[in-house]
Amino acid sequence: MKWLRSFALFWYDFIVGDDWRVAVGVAVTLAVTAGLAHSGVNAWWLLPVAVAALLGASLWRVVAASRRQHQE
Amino acid sequence: MSAWILFLTVFIACAVEAVEALTIVLAAGTSRSWTCALQGTAAAVGVLAATVAALGPAIGLIPLSALRLVIGALLLVFGLQWLRKAVLRGSGYKALHDEAEAYQKEVAAARAAERGGRGIITDWYAFTLSFKGVFLEGLEVVFIVVTFGNNQGDVPMAVLGAVTAVLLVAGVGAAVRVPLARVPENTLKFAVGTMLTSFGIFWSAEGTGVSWPGSDAALLGLVPAVALLALVYTVLLRRTGGPANPVIKADAASVEGSAQ
Repeated sequence: MKWLRSFALFWYDFIVGDDWRVAVGVAVTLAVTAGLAHSGVNAWWLLPVAVAALLGASLWRVVAASRRQHQE
Repeated sequence: MSAWILFLTVFIACAVEAVEALTIVLAAGTSRSWTCALQGTAAAVGVLAATVAALGPAIGLIPLSALRLVIGALLLVFGLQWLRKAVLRGSGYKALHDEAEAYQKEVAAARAAERGGRGIITDWYAFTLSFKGVFLEGLEVVFIVVTFGNNQGDVPMAVLGAVTAVLLVAGVGAAVRVPLARVPENTLKFAVGTMLTSFGIFWSAEGTGVSWPGSDAALLGLVPAVALLALVYTVLLRRTGGPANPVIKADAASVEGSAQ
């Protein structure tokens, strides 16, 4: 059981990495894009915009954490 | 995507990982046992080759649209990790990767470790250090080879890119017997992060059913746009005044993580 947990954690860290919010954001955006595509809307622009926002938000969290660490 | 872009992307990604693996193998070889370090390397390369041989054809059986959606999404999440770390390195929020320093740390740890072996492996520490180093660095390459190769329907070209990079780095490493600290690793990682993210966006969006304007030519706009975005974020992060400390503690901001 412990081995299985370690195995799962390894793959989680390998694919998802430090910020799970980015992975969730990508999954949600792809679901919305697929929904729009099936409704006849060719929303090719949605994923690039979402990626820019997700990366920016993830980087900002690091900056905010650094500032909090500095204040403590 | 032309076969040459596929080759080049895999080649650069593989070269970066091979340089890191070489540092670990050199540390194990020079401070412990060259025989066991090379045994560990050969064992890891064998396991990685078997993984590509098993996964490549298996993934090739998945329908193309589903493959592009799932593999593209994984590639995008994976690529964003590389790009995020590249921006953090470029802006001073994460330490630059330094092969010379990494080598010294590995050598110190190897010299302090106990000796002892099993069977034909006379030095278990040197074997496992090399095996783990090559396997973990190589796993990222396997991921890139399998995803890029299958999405482009050209796994052999992806494998060729990886093998060429490994042979080149191994050849140079064997000749100089020192860590390849002069390789611009951090710049190459930025380039690889850009490529993985761009192709991840392109393929996963196609997998959802959308059509890119200009079809494959959209990549000619997407790749520079992602690179520009990462550069802009790097500049913006530098303008925040830099980190409170030169490098944030891993447990405080989760900056450190997987191998790249």
